[in-house]
Amino acid sequence: MTSTTATAGLLKPRVRLTEAVERAMGIAIVLGVVAWIIYNFVDEPKQCFSVMLTGLNNGALYALVALGYTLVYGIIELINFAHGDLFMLGTVFGANFLVNWLGVDTRGLGSVLALAFTFVMAMIFCASINMGAEFFAYRRLRRAPKLAPLITAVGLSFVFQNIGLKWNGSAPKQWPSVIGNNGITIDGVLIRYSLFVTLGVTAVLLFILTYIVQRTKQGKAMRATAQDQDGARLMGINVDRTISFTFALGGAMAGAAAVLSVETLGTTRYDQGFQFGLIAFTAAVLGGIGNLVGAVVGGLLIGLVQAANDGFPHGFGQDWSQTVVFAILILLLVFKPEGIFGTRTTEKV
Amino acid sequence: MTATSPPVNRRRLGALGWPIGFTIAVVLIFVFYRYWLPDSVDSVQKFVADWFPPAVINQCVIWVIMAIGLNVVVGYAGLLDLGYVAFWAIGTYVGAWLMSGWFFQVHWHIGGPPALNKAPGIHISFWLVLAFAGAFCALWGVLIGAPTLRLRSDYLAIVTLGFGEIIPQVFANGDSEHLGFALTNGQQSIVPIDGIGTGVFSQLKGVNAQLGVFDLPYRFLVFCLVAAFCVFVSLRLRRGRLGRAWLAIREDELAASMMGVSLVRTKLSSYAVGAVFGGMGGVCYAVAVGGASPNFSFSNSITILMMVVLGGMGNVWGVIIGALLVSWVNLNGLSQFGTWYNTQFNTNIDFPSYNFLIFGIILVLMMLYRREGLLPESRTRLIMREPMRTEMEGLGADIEAAEEEDEVILEEETEDELVGTETTGGSDGGKA
Repeated sequence: MTSTTATAGLLKPRVRLTEAVERAMGIAIVLGVVAWIIYNFVDEPKQCFSVMLTGLNNGALYALVALGYTLVYGIIELINFAHGDLFMLGTVFGANFLVNWLGVDTRGLGSVLALAFTFVMAMIFCASINMGAEFFAYRRLRRAPKLAPLITAVGLSFVFQNIGLKWNGSAPKQWPSVIGNNGITIDGVLIRYSLFVTLGVTAVLLFILTYIVQRTKQGKAMRATAQDQDGARLMGINVDRTISFTFALGGAMAGAAAVLSVETLGTTRYDQGFQFGLIAFTAAVLGGIGNLVGAVVGGLLIGLVQAANDGFPHGFGQDWSQTVVFAILILLLVFKPEGIFGTRTTEKV
Repeated sequence: MTATSPPVNRRRLGALGWPIGFTIAVVLIFVFYRYWLPDSVDSVQKFVADWFPPAVINQCVIWVIMAIGLNVVVGYAGLLDLGYVAFWAIGTYVGAWLMSGWFFQVHWHIGGPPALNKAPGIHISFWLVLAFAGAFCALWGVLIGAPTLRLRSDYLAIVTLGFGEIIPQVFANGDSEHLGFALTNGQQSIVPIDGIGTGVFSQLKGVNAQLGVFDLPYRFLVFCLVAAFCVFVSLRLRRGRLGRAWLAIREDELAASMMGVSLVRTKLSSYAVGAVFGGMGGVCYAVAVGGASPNFSFSNSITILMMVVLGGMGNVWGVIIGALLVSWVNLNGLSQFGTWYNTQFNTNIDFPSYNFLIFGIILVLMMLYRREGLLPESRTRLIMREPMRTEMEGLGADIEAAEEEDEVILEEETEDELVGTETTGGSDGGKA
């Protein structure tokens, strides 16, 4: 281990500023953002609160998708570019399943059950697609150079997007929400019930996921495979099945996020997946890739920042949304590539 | 000595061979479109206008320039760049700024078309703009490349992707409403852009003083000249010290740095050279479409990447073939095939809408069954076929590969047997 650290140190090109300067710059950026948020809140508190609630809702969706990225990256070090489009397929499936096939578009006890059923079905749907992709494509490329699975993921993302285009049409579609847009009003700020549902589902799923990874035998196998595939195989772990299971878990999270997205945002668009996926990936990196809690925190943070930029009275506005998110990503990767919760690791050459 | 002489001969032939072949091909196409086609029968004219319209051919050449540029970054140096469209966008806008009346406040004229000598704005000769855009993009290549130096392959791809998203958005939001001053025309495009001044060639019969939108065959010549320059530069660099350093870091970064290859300089120069070609292609694009509009997206980057991967990473000729194929299918081939199919079989299938499905499936299948591309470099084929070094070591199965490598080394070092044995000893020591 010491030898790898030494070589990695040698390998790293010497463009690193001194640690102190880097840290000072990082702190300055964070302080600037905080000052900007406080300034906005003092100026227009109500608008800021409602914007923050929207951000929280979107952030929970990013968090669920980010979990899929982080799980897959954690185990086979693949940036699954198709994951965002998988989420998109999930939204189209969930919306169609609930509204067209079950015929539910109003509130009531029956429709809550139908919604729960849709949840399960969308999770199964996305999980099986993700497992299929792993089985037919990524599995054969496990020993190939890294570029190969990455390009395969891009190719699959195209395929998914085209399926979405054929399924959903080229125009965005609006869907009725079963949860509805009602909520409680506190001092003129409307808090929607759907926000509670989103946050609740995210919390429950995160809890279940953490339990699976930390406490069950399958989770132990996942962690072992992530550390060393060959070692895990020698210990009698079925590596193929474990990786497949990981893809299924990630897909299921995307499916849950998809149904929540239809319920809270109410539209499906064939090309929404890619941008959404990139932002979710940013969230996963922000939290420290491979870390489950980190992905959720990162997702919420990115959701809040994006909403703040889009909706705050002194923000850059929606036209710069992408720029802000990717600027965060680039700054983060340059200054703190291990993320908020990640541990600094040296690269294995 | 006899063992080494045949490659030298071949190399000499090759150095002469490709410019001749390239020139012949270009001149044949030019003569076909300029002299033969206008006088040919209607059915031929219709066929060409349907399947190979000259405007599409010109755009294909521009895609070729882009693909050659990305090949330097991805194919030679092995750095995955998912934001190459950034350089395209910068090149296009530099072309638009320096060859139009956009900055109407100033009157700068350096070798521009004589007809525009009194016009407001900046009107600079196409060739100078080409050089300037190349230099400007090289600067941006270094700026974008610098933060990626510390990152490993996936993160590097993501950072380039981020720049590829940011820069087109800056151009799309570059109007006075967003920035306070008009850097670009926002969602509208900057039009019109000057033609290519012909200078002394305008004395020739049939050549205008300025190659406008309809002088497609002549523009084809100009674009092919730019493409030839890119091919020439990338082939020469590939042979030279820098090219070998690129291949070395592509194949094993650690080993390369141990051998004294400067990672910083090598990586940054690959970004810079790739960006130069992207910028030149961007200027050509601005001239070809006659304007600069902010419709650059991630799919452009991916299409260029696909050309490189499909054609064969690292091999310029493979990349050119991949670029011609993909761009033609993209621009014209698929829709034309759809029209033909629909009239032939009386169906109503919207073929162009399946464009990305087809490309996606091709990408996946290529990665599964022919990772090295259609026309690979022999060297790339070996690398793409063999597992990663860590994997081999993990399996303990690198003995055969190591032996093969040693054989190659021994063959190369035929002059002195002692050197060969030393090399084997050294590599064994390194592996232990």
